[in-house]
Amino acid sequence: MALQSVAPKLLPPRHPLRTASACVVLALLAALVASLASNPNMQWSVVADYLFGSQILYGLVNTIVLTVLCMAIAIVIGIVLAIMGMSRNPVLYFVAQGYIWFFRGVPLLVQLVFWFNLALLWPRIGLTVPPLGIDLSVSTNDLITSFVASVLGLALHEAAYMAEIVRAGLLGVDSGQTEAGRSLGMSDNQLMRRIVLPQAMRIIVPPTGNQFISLLKATSLVAFIAGGELMTAVQNVYSHNFRVIPLLIVASIWYLVVTTLATGLQTYLERRVGKGFSTAASPSAQRG
Amino acid sequence: MQTMVRLSGLCKSFGPHRVLRDITLDVAAGEVVCVIGPSGSGKSTMLRCINHLEKPDSGTITVDGELIGYEREGDNLRELSSKRIAAQRAKMGMVFQRFNLFPHLTVLQNIVEAPVAVRKMPKQVAEAEAMRLLKLVDLTEKASAYPSALSGGQMQRVAIARALAMQPRLVLFDEPTSALDPELVGEVLEVMRELATTGITMIVVTHEISFARDIGDKLVFMAEGQIVETGEPKAVIEDPKHARTREFLSRFR
Ligand SMILES: Nc1ncnc2c1ncn2[C@@H]1O[C@H](COP(=O)(O)OP(=O)(O)OP(=O)(O)O)[C@@H](O)[C@H]1O
Ligand SMILES: [Mg+2]
Repeated sequence: MALQSVAPKLLPPRHPLRTASACVVLALLAALVASLASNPNMQWSVVADYLFGSQILYGLVNTIVLTVLCMAIAIVIGIVLAIMGMSRNPVLYFVAQGYIWFFRGVPLLVQLVFWFNLALLWPRIGLTVPPLGIDLSVSTNDLITSFVASVLGLALHEAAYMAEIVRAGLLGVDSGQTEAGRSLGMSDNQLMRRIVLPQAMRIIVPPTGNQFISLLKATSLVAFIAGGELMTAVQNVYSHNFRVIPLLIVASIWYLVVTTLATGLQTYLERRVGKGFSTAASPSAQRG
Repeated sequence: MQTMVRLSGLCKSFGPHRVLRDITLDVAAGEVVCVIGPSGSGKSTMLRCINHLEKPDSGTITVDGELIGYEREGDNLRELSSKRIAAQRAKMGMVFQRFNLFPHLTVLQNIVEAPVAVRKMPKQVAEAEAMRLLKLVDLTEKASAYPSALSGGQMQRVAIARALAMQPRLVLFDEPTSALDPELVGEVLEVMRELATTGITMIVVTHEISFARDIGDKLVFMAEGQIVETGEPKAVIEDPKHARTREFLSRFR
């Protein structure tokens, strides 16, 4: 018994340089925060006054509605475009390619302003059959409100990106999966809905989370056509009281809050669609 | 005896490469036919033609008296709609070398997926049937596991149960044990051995010569896209008629 030595404890290595550099960075950060907090130009009391202002909250709700609605539309159109783009039918293929080429290539702001001014191109939209006296058309300006123009602009632009993301996801599913489904007598439609898409989701979700966050911020462009979202609300306020900086801080805080929530949702979704894929769980866990 | 599968004059090329050259083969109902041959001889392609995963260039395939993938249109054959091809595939099972289980579904879900989606079987009925099949392949306790948590041999047994869940009269096996560690081959062959006694028709591409000899009713040796020799397994293995067969089999001694 006396011969048995005590097992040595395993200690981590020392990192003197790492510790020193962390201290320097923390000191710099603290200085920056202190400077911002004490800078009278930040007007923190104004920030506090407006953070929960009804105009601001109204804009925030619009921003969220616009983002969620446009993302939903973009995902649906994106799936359709991705399937068309992988079709052997050359017409479908070229239509999908053409869509992506156009809507990804023209700046979002240009598209938004274009939709807002659609009446300049077609003053009335709808179905008219003059000989029969049928006129089901409406004034374009009545139909395309700034909200509708925002949805069209954001969703159609986003759909082009989603199409590419969905396509990458579909291509990422092993062809053996399709063959197994086929050999069991599944139709193309069943195969897509029940076998391929659920597996593609694992590849689609992370970049879609990314797109969601950039779409959230891109909604601020809608302020150009008075879209009524957060940025429009903030502009309305500071155009009256000229407190530009504190109101931009208010907007930034809300954008960061929503982005944080979206990131949490993304992590949750990644876990869900990664079910059954042992390798999918670990990288997201490491990143999270 | 009734014919289950009839291949006649089957040809298939990939570009200039002629993979199947005039394959003619009859498989009787309830028969277990083993197909052996060197790599690249067209075994998989032949099997995949039978359920129309691969389109033949010429020749016809009938399964249970039904022309596969085509219908007569005067003197010609017109390819069927994908819906009708799917209906034909639903009547035969296929087991793949790499299992191809659906990784996003549990073992039980893998098995009930097609009966529920394709045959519109009520879920409870399909699940009860799936549990019976899991018992057959001795995996009842893995019903709620995901495929990633199974060994290769277990995955292949689930894949066999999945194919059987559609109640096929014919099952095609493409090298079902080639991707397995040697110690896992036995459990899969055991399930197939049991299956062979149930009267189901099986076409098995395999490198397991002893399985072919003990279980097979017929042995087919393929080389360079042709059937070189067919016969009673023991006879072919012990006394091959062709030099090409003899040379191939000598590697297994
Ligand atoms: N989709 C394809 N495109 C092009 N060539 C192919 C394709 N599928 C198979 N081939 C070729 O056809 C030939 C026969 O392939 P097949 O898979 O039928 O052989 P096999 O007898 O099953 O071989 P193995 O024992 O290696 O599985 C091979 O030379 C292969 O490269
Ligand atoms: Mg093969």
